Amino acid sequence: MREQLLRLREEAVAEIGVVEDLTALQGMKVKYLGKKGELTTILRGMGKLSKEERPIIGSLANEIRSYLENVIATKGEELEEQQLEKRLQSEKIDVTLPSVEPMVGATHPMIAVTQQIEDIFIGMGFEIAEGPEVELDLYNFELLNLTKEHPARDMHDSFYITSEILLRTHTSPVQVRTLQAKEGKVPVRIICPGKVYRRDDDDSTHSHQFMQIEGLVVDRGVSMGELNGTLLSFIEKMFGEGTEMRLRPSYFPFTEPSVEVDIYDPERGWLEILGAGMVHPRVLEKAGYDPERYTGFAFGMGVERITMLKYNIDDIRQLYLNDLRFLKQFQSV
Amino acid sequence: MLVSYDWLSEYVDLDGISPEDIADELNRTGIEVEVIYTRDNGLNGVVIGQVLSVSPHPQADRLRVCSVHVGQPQPLQIVCGAPNVAVGQRVPVATVGATLPGDLRIQATQLRGIESMGMICSAKELGLPDKVLMKEQTEGILVLGEDAPIGEDIRLYLGMTDQVIELELTPNRADCLSMIGVAYEIAAIFERPLTLPEVEIRESVTHGHHVDIQLEVEEECPFYVAQVVENLTIGPSPQWIQNRLISAGVRPINNIVDVTNYVMIETGQPLHAFDYDQIQDGEIIVRLAHPGESVVTLDGVTRACDDETLLISDRKQVLGIAGIMGGQSSEVGPSTNRVLIESAYFNPISIRRSSRKLGLRSEASNRFEKGVDPERIIPALSRSVQLLEEIAQGQVASDLYIEEIGDVEEIVVDLRHDRLTGLLGIQIEPSEVLKIFERLKFPTQYEDDVYHVQVPSRRPDITIEVDLIEEVARIYGYDRIPTTLPWGQQLPGGLTKEQGFRRTIRETLRGLGMNEVISYSLITNKMDKELVSLQAETKPIQIAMPMSNEHAVLRTSLLPSLLQTAVHNHKHGIDFVSIFELSSVYTSEERRLTRLPQESWELGGLMSGQLERNFWRKGKEHPLFFDTKGVLDALWKRLGISHKEVEYHEAVLAGFHPGRTAEILFDEKRIGILGQLHPKLEKQYDLHEVILFQIDLQQLFAKSDDKISYQRLSRYPAVTRDLAMIVDEDIRVGEIEAGIRQVAGELLRSVTLFDVFIGEQIGPNKKNVAYSLVYQALDRTLTDEEVQAVHTKVIQFLESTMDVKLRT
Repeated sequence: MREQLLRLREEAVAEIGVVEDLTALQGMKVKYLGKKGELTTILRGMGKLSKEERPIIGSLANEIRSYLENVIATKGEELEEQQLEKRLQSEKIDVTLPSVEPMVGATHPMIAVTQQIEDIFIGMGFEIAEGPEVELDLYNFELLNLTKEHPARDMHDSFYITSEILLRTHTSPVQVRTLQAKEGKVPVRIICPGKVYRRDDDDSTHSHQFMQIEGLVVDRGVSMGELNGTLLSFIEKMFGEGTEMRLRPSYFPFTEPSVEVDIYDPERGWLEILGAGMVHPRVLEKAGYDPERYTGFAFGMGVERITMLKYNIDDIRQLYLNDLRFLKQFQSV
Repeated sequence: MLVSYDWLSEYVDLDGISPEDIADELNRTGIEVEVIYTRDNGLNGVVIGQVLSVSPHPQADRLRVCSVHVGQPQPLQIVCGAPNVAVGQRVPVATVGATLPGDLRIQATQLRGIESMGMICSAKELGLPDKVLMKEQTEGILVLGEDAPIGEDIRLYLGMTDQVIELELTPNRADCLSMIGVAYEIAAIFERPLTLPEVEIRESVTHGHHVDIQLEVEEECPFYVAQVVENLTIGPSPQWIQNRLISAGVRPINNIVDVTNYVMIETGQPLHAFDYDQIQDGEIIVRLAHPGESVVTLDGVTRACDDETLLISDRKQVLGIAGIMGGQSSEVGPSTNRVLIESAYFNPISIRRSSRKLGLRSEASNRFEKGVDPERIIPALSRSVQLLEEIAQGQVASDLYIEEIGDVEEIVVDLRHDRLTGLLGIQIEPSEVLKIFERLKFPTQYEDDVYHVQVPSRRPDITIEVDLIEEVARIYGYDRIPTTLPWGQQLPGGLTKEQGFRRTIRETLRGLGMNEVISYSLITNKMDKELVSLQAETKPIQIAMPMSNEHAVLRTSLLPSLLQTAVHNHKHGIDFVSIFELSSVYTSEERRLTRLPQESWELGGLMSGQLERNFWRKGKEHPLFFDTKGVLDALWKRLGISHKEVEYHEAVLAGFHPGRTAEILFDEKRIGILGQLHPKLEKQYDLHEVILFQIDLQQLFAKSDDKISYQRLSRYPAVTRDLAMIVDEDIRVGEIEAGIRQVAGELLRSVTLFDVFIGEQIGPNKKNVAYSLVYQALDRTLTDEEVQAVHTKVIQFLESTMDVKLRT
């Protein structure tokens, strides 16, 4: 019987060794170790053995059982490993195939520039004020020291709807409306972004519709020094630390002294980027602020111009054509 | 204003100051210099020659063979094609080796077999623009004056070595519309002495002609001066006057007209010369036009006047439009012997208004409408009389007639020193301020910290204190103004909720793959009408005088612009367009506006074309409508608007696909539209499957909620039950889902549609709809019985209200 057992072990080990899949391995387990398996069959003859032999054979049988269980388990692990390997092989993909990409849109560059400018001024304690695009002549001109026959109205050729209502030619009327709404309270620190309209033929540098951002500060004791400082802070944040700025005297009916502000670009030289000045006393007065007690400064810039400078755009019409091949270039803005 | 450097140097010592220095300093102190140019345009090697003989060309009818003396021992043989060449003429000759504008080099050549040693030049070939040429100079060769020195470089003779500084003047600096005004400015900036031409005023003569000035409208013309000059020899002006006029961009005409123009440029005071013999009884009446009156101006055009047009007339006829242009009836011509020279002050507002109404602008009106210097009115007249004597052999033939209402007031403006330093934020000594006023030639007294500044009449722009502050600042130098930051009470700043809301929308839609566009607010009337808008009842607002039909009305909806953008993009090869715009739309109930219209923020969006799917991995096809709807549903979530509050109701709207359009409702109020463009319009625009949406932002903002209160998460298991049913095809899944939610109550955690199927197996006009319902309680494990009870209620409700047949 002992020989029988040892032979069984030998056969089983050999047979398990050549099994190739887990199903066959399971079959081996049943064949040798199952309830009707070969080991059990052999052990059924135990009754014929002597009392002395029985424990020896019994312990040998247990030894063989646990040995075979071990062999089967090891083989099982081995086969699983092989099977996984096969699956991984079959699941291989070409990682260079195009992705399934969720779409991402682009911001219009002028919106990006506007928000950037807004955020810089918000950081300096400014609020954003808005007002109507269809305006009264009163707010667009009269209250800004531009009387009906003022020669400076030539610079604002306007789209009139009636003799008293027009499309605003600048966002300055929002300043007047804000001052009126504040009823003489200070400090006033606002910027006014928005669309404006002038009768210009559209070409590469002109547009009958464009965007402006104007700003206004009114308080006690505001001087040109603060105008200078505020604009320099803005310019450094917008165009980079150390950007050189210069003020040139200019003329606007609603500010005095008035300035044009240039920045220095190493490649393009001095570039005009905004107009500014100390709020004209008549404008303050008409808005209900005593110019003896309060002073202020105002500034204004064209969003198109800054956008074009920033992104090297050479035709203003591109900004209103909304060609997706153009807009997609601003996905990373 | 075109400023001749040579002319300027006659008034200010410009030694060591180049035109570039002038440009730099003018820019620094407030007058923008556009450009500086030399008038020679690269001309070189052209000399003055005299035509000695002209003979026909043997081989060519149109050519002539000339012998021209250019100051060399031998005359040059030159072939010339100009019909006006004649013996004795002095002409510009480009000799061999000369360069003409445009880098044209002159070489010895053969013209039809005859040798030509240079070229006789036309004015155009010398680079003189037509604008400054007399009519006869625009054709053929340029014939020079008889005094032109033979052999001299033409650039010297024609003043072409002069440099011209072009000023871009702001409306306040009309004082620099004259050479004297510019000279004052340059003298102040560079601290150089000023030497102005001396003028002798000839006030009276014996046996003079009579002039009777009558000012009918004092306000329009308070000051009028006239004098008669006679025995004039009319002809071309001397070359030096012509050269200066050309530098100033003015065309020489004849010595009389040239003198008036010359003095205008010199002094800024426009003058006019009338043929005195055409004026009846020497009467000059300054009056407003009668109704229906018209006048033929010097340019030959009949001008209709209105009751605001200021005229110069006599008893019989209109002599000219005051300050704008003279009349043809009194024009100075070759036979004129006597002229009346006018020098006056016309009301700037009146001139400006008339000039705009007549659509007629002139060098004179440009100056009058900005206000001329009353103190230069008499000297300018006398200066012209003096020049007429000098160059046209004229003789003074009348007294100097002066008609003046009131006196020119002396203007003194006070400037407080502390206001000056306070507004500019600078430290400056009174002595430096006084020095600046001295440079500007503003007589000033300083006492008790106040400057009393006597403002010269040439600077009408200075009327109040701040005008003086600006004068001081610009001469002091803006570069010396310190850099400080605003102090005092600080504000938090920031966006309002609504501004933040708009930014959130922009960022969300962008993250969902849509591109933001900005389009014009003015569109065509036709486009605005084509599609329904949220403001369907109102007509768009019309611009009174649009520049084109393309931009004639203010849009009441963003959809037409979005469509146009889609057309552009598809035309340029973009397969899939996904765009949105956030902008105001404009509406009014009024037909003719008496108050401002309504401006409301709108969100418009468009998707069209073929969604970019990967070629190797085709997705499940479905109408693009649902992609667009998905973007909106995602947007609602981002805006804190719960899914439950939004309803999409079928709608039939103009311009939209009748079976694929919905109104978007919040709390039963319409706030938007979502739908496919009507296939007829799609065809018209050559587009395929265009989905559009527009949302009223004000209403949306009112509905949005940024309050979030945390909801406890359930720790108990959830039970899932599926529900498959057959219903009539026209029952909307939206209704079914709403019914389920309503009946199931708070134990229902979610309901998900997972199948909709229409087919023969189901039966005609029926569809199969399947939901997955998840039940869960916050505080306990639900028992089977509890779930079953609710689920049964749901089923019974659906069976009874929608006649559904449950599938098992």
